[in-house]
Amino acid sequence: MGRLAETLATVKNPSALAGLGLAALFYLVGLLAVRDPGYAYYRETIATALVLLNMALGLNIILGMTGYVSFGHVVFFGIGGYVAMALLEYRGWNIYVAMLVAAAAGAALALVLGTIVLRLRGAYFAIATIGLNEAIRVFFENYQPLGGANGIELSVSRVANLRFMGYQGLAAKLHLSYMLLATVTLVAMAMNWFILKSRFGLGLLAIREDEDAAESMGVDTWRYKTLAYMLSAIPPALAGAVFAWKNGSIYPHTAFSLTLSIEGIIAVMLGGAGTFLGTLLGALTYSGVKTYLLTSFPHLHLVLFGIAIMAIVEFLPEGVVGWIRIRYTHLRRILE
Amino acid sequence: MASTILRVEDVVKRFGGITALKGVTMEVYEGEILGLIGPNGAGKTTLFNVITGVYKPDRGKVYFKGKDITGLPPHKIARLGVARTFQIVKPFKGLTVLENVTAAVFYGPRGDEYSFKAAEEKAMEVLRLVGLEDHADTLATRLNVAMKKRLELARALAQDPELLLLDEALAGLNPREVSAMLEIIRKVREERRVTMIMVEHVMHAVMNVSDRIVVLHLGEKIAEGSPEAVARDPRVVEAYLGDPELALRFVRRLGGGA
Repeated sequence: MGRLAETLATVKNPSALAGLGLAALFYLVGLLAVRDPGYAYYRETIATALVLLNMALGLNIILGMTGYVSFGHVVFFGIGGYVAMALLEYRGWNIYVAMLVAAAAGAALALVLGTIVLRLRGAYFAIATIGLNEAIRVFFENYQPLGGANGIELSVSRVANLRFMGYQGLAAKLHLSYMLLATVTLVAMAMNWFILKSRFGLGLLAIREDEDAAESMGVDTWRYKTLAYMLSAIPPALAGAVFAWKNGSIYPHTAFSLTLSIEGIIAVMLGGAGTFLGTLLGALTYSGVKTYLLTSFPHLHLVLFGIAIMAIVEFLPEGVVGWIRIRYTHLRRILE
Repeated sequence: MASTILRVEDVVKRFGGITALKGVTMEVYEGEILGLIGPNGAGKTTLFNVITGVYKPDRGKVYFKGKDITGLPPHKIARLGVARTFQIVKPFKGLTVLENVTAAVFYGPRGDEYSFKAAEEKAMEVLRLVGLEDHADTLATRLNVAMKKRLELARALAQDPELLLLDEALAGLNPREVSAMLEIIRKVREERRVTMIMVEHVMHAVMNVSDRIVVLHLGEKIAEGSPEAVARDPRVVEAYLGDPELALRFVRRLGGGA
């Protein structure tokens, strides 16, 4: 059996099936909300979680598998959103093409930025990515053709003719954008899974563990890192595009907000960096807990979060799934 | 005479004001084990780093199987069939022993042709050769030093190299572990016909296992020849003069004296 066929056959792995099950659940909630507006709360809660999940799935490729802490990863979320909104509002393109261009723009930006910053390692790389994100945010704040600090707001007329499952206009956009977000998530999951189960993925893990040893073993570390960075930009860029369209607006300070980067990193670390299941669990748990804390302790939620993060770093640096994989190595083939 | 697999020609490497290699020329013949010795700071590891592409030499050339590989990036040289181990071991700590070696199978000269199943089978074969088969599912970080050294060797062997550079594969091992490792190295040579260059400080070991010895001292090749000849060479004795008795002991052990 060829390697590609083997990689594809791994979808029967319990962790992959869990991912597929979750994706099915996301679609189901979307469909239920189409029939019954009572599900709107669940749909919106999940939508928020999916944005974070896409950020986390992107980060998992570069941070989790390759070991490069892309602290300013939100830059790809922002660029995806801006590219899509510019095409949607100023050019009148449809969302599907705008999404594809946004993804390509994210990958292209990663190629350019990667050429500059992937020479750095460890904390230097992390800090450089923050700097780049801030520089790009300031650029968008001052670049008037794309609205400057006022951002881009989508005219209602742009979606007036949109139809989706019996809805039209803004309502159609609301339902369709959720379905697109679920689809983007499924794509990001598939990317993560198949990279992890490929020869390429094993090369990335080798880089994460020891870049010099990987290079001297025959891994083209420069090409692999760059490719990993480009791939890691795609899920947040796609999510950024759909999310901006869903909101009907995009502003520099929210599109390039480091908070989302940090939340993505926490999600990956919480679940287990470099694992598929861990990233899913981490992002969904984080999102759930955040929603709970935000509603139950509106003034204290950041404090409680800070304590939780310190506890993870102190007691569970490998994340939940990572912890299990280290202690019970025979479970590694199930909990991936 | 066997054909030349590696030729190092007049290699100079400077670091700032220090010239670590001052025009080293040497040849390695197919199938042999070449011992590369010399006091600390002689330039042995620097020479390894030049051969494997980690450092670009300031002057000189490196030819592998007649092909000029000077200045190629390390991964390209690796994929031509040159593998190395590191003096300070570099296991992929968070991966299992089997994952470590499987990765190496995939990135050897013909690694691209392997399916996962075949790569894992080959990795297990190498693990049996170095005696780590019972630890296949152990995390590399959990291994003791001797086992990490074996893993390092296994990873290099899994690349299917024609030339293997061993940088102090015996350092830090106790006498029994040294014997076991030497046994593995002999087996590797017999079963796989891999050409090897060994940088080593464990003198009796390198003298016993090598076909030929090259001696570096302060970046220069000062002697070359059979272990016996090298051990008697006055320049070598002088280079090790910090410990003249050591030199004398080689001679005795090699059957030169009583």
